[in-house]
Amino acid sequence: MPTLEGIDLTCIRGDRKLFSGVNFLLESGGLMQVQGPNGSGKTSLLRMLCGLASPAEGEIRWDGTQIRSLGGDYFGAMTYLGHLGGVKDDLTAIENLRISSALGGVDLDERKAHDALQHMGLGGRELLPAKVLSQGQRRRVTLARLLVCGTVLWILDEPLTALDTSAVRLVQGLIERHLEHGGMIVMTTHQEIEIAGAAIQRLQLT
Amino acid sequence: MFFWILRRDLLLAARRRSDVLTTLFFFIIVVSLFPLGVGPEMNMLRVMAPGVVWVAALLASMLSLGRMFSSDYLDGTLEQMLLSPQSLPLLVLGKALAHWLVTGVPLVLMAPVLGIQYDLTGDALLVLTASLLLGTPVLSLIGAIGAALTLGLRGGGVLVSLLVLPLYIPVLIFGAGAVEASSAGLGAGAHMSLLGAFLLASLVLAPWSTAVALRISLE
Repeated sequence: MPTLEGIDLTCIRGDRKLFSGVNFLLESGGLMQVQGPNGSGKTSLLRMLCGLASPAEGEIRWDGTQIRSLGGDYFGAMTYLGHLGGVKDDLTAIENLRISSALGGVDLDERKAHDALQHMGLGGRELLPAKVLSQGQRRRVTLARLLVCGTVLWILDEPLTALDTSAVRLVQGLIERHLEHGGMIVMTTHQEIEIAGAAIQRLQLT
Repeated sequence: MFFWILRRDLLLAARRRSDVLTTLFFFIIVVSLFPLGVGPEMNMLRVMAPGVVWVAALLASMLSLGRMFSSDYLDGTLEQMLLSPQSLPLLVLGKALAHWLVTGVPLVLMAPVLGIQYDLTGDALLVLTASLLLGTPVLSLIGAIGAALTLGLRGGGVLVSLLVLPLYIPVLIFGAGAVEASSAGLGAGAHMSLLGAFLLASLVLAPWSTAVALRISLE
């Protein structure tokens, strides 16, 4: 089973050092919650972990190999959901889901996309353009990708913002199931989450 | 994957038709202003025609470059594209092709009609259209590099013209030159071959450079 390892990570934004000397090791079935006040570099760390940005110092290893040199192989094992949901206003919910999972390398047929949206509580709204959906519903469209992506590592930046309590429970269920199946998750959230049966590793950024 | 992106961008263009139409009308109006301003001097208009049509095409395709990546950048789709296990240059090629189909092809189709205002002969119209058909995809491909480099910058629209217009010059020279050469009886073959060469070179090089530029812009 693969591991995700961060060694002595340093992040510099402009001429301000956000954090330095961050080390962690995440193993199969593990959840790492990145904590810290606003502006402490949580999003920057997550962007590094998914390979969008590179650390000023230190390295990130997936299964012992630097993610830079893995390229597409790493992207194929990882799903990143950022602040911006990647939901297009002019496309319908189902088109949004099908296209974003195609980008992630999964060809999704109409039926499966429909089921995933249904599961996320968007039944009956699949054919509405995303611009008429509420903030929370758009978030649900984004999160529906987790149901169909089939990747090992999930990197989630504030997945619970704008969600109502039933959706939060839904996401918790998804997370629990993913961990049970040996998946790994790195996430940030300001809300308290309870995950049954998983050791939560907390990474504190100051 | 290439087709997914192509389909998606065409679908988006079909849902926001105003974006496509503004580019096309810009082209039509700019080309039509010259005969009105210069006056009905047929000989002069015939000489000016290729240059005017080509410059207008350049500016029109420039006008829509800003939208190529910026909407994807703002809603986070671009991040997902960069994190796709699929090849990024291929995705970029799909986007550039969609950009050309949406902004380039209407210009090519409109050019012969507009050329009539300049009293161009049938042959000249044919060469003009053919040169635009070969040249406008180059504009989309080179433009993609500029659009990627200026992503997320303030005043990116002006900067992109400063970056990209100089690179358009060879296309302009040989595109307009093709029509002049054919009118002068020299044959447009040489100019067309060069335009074809530009197209092939930019097909190979531009998607790669755009992919690198995108990675830099998003870091």
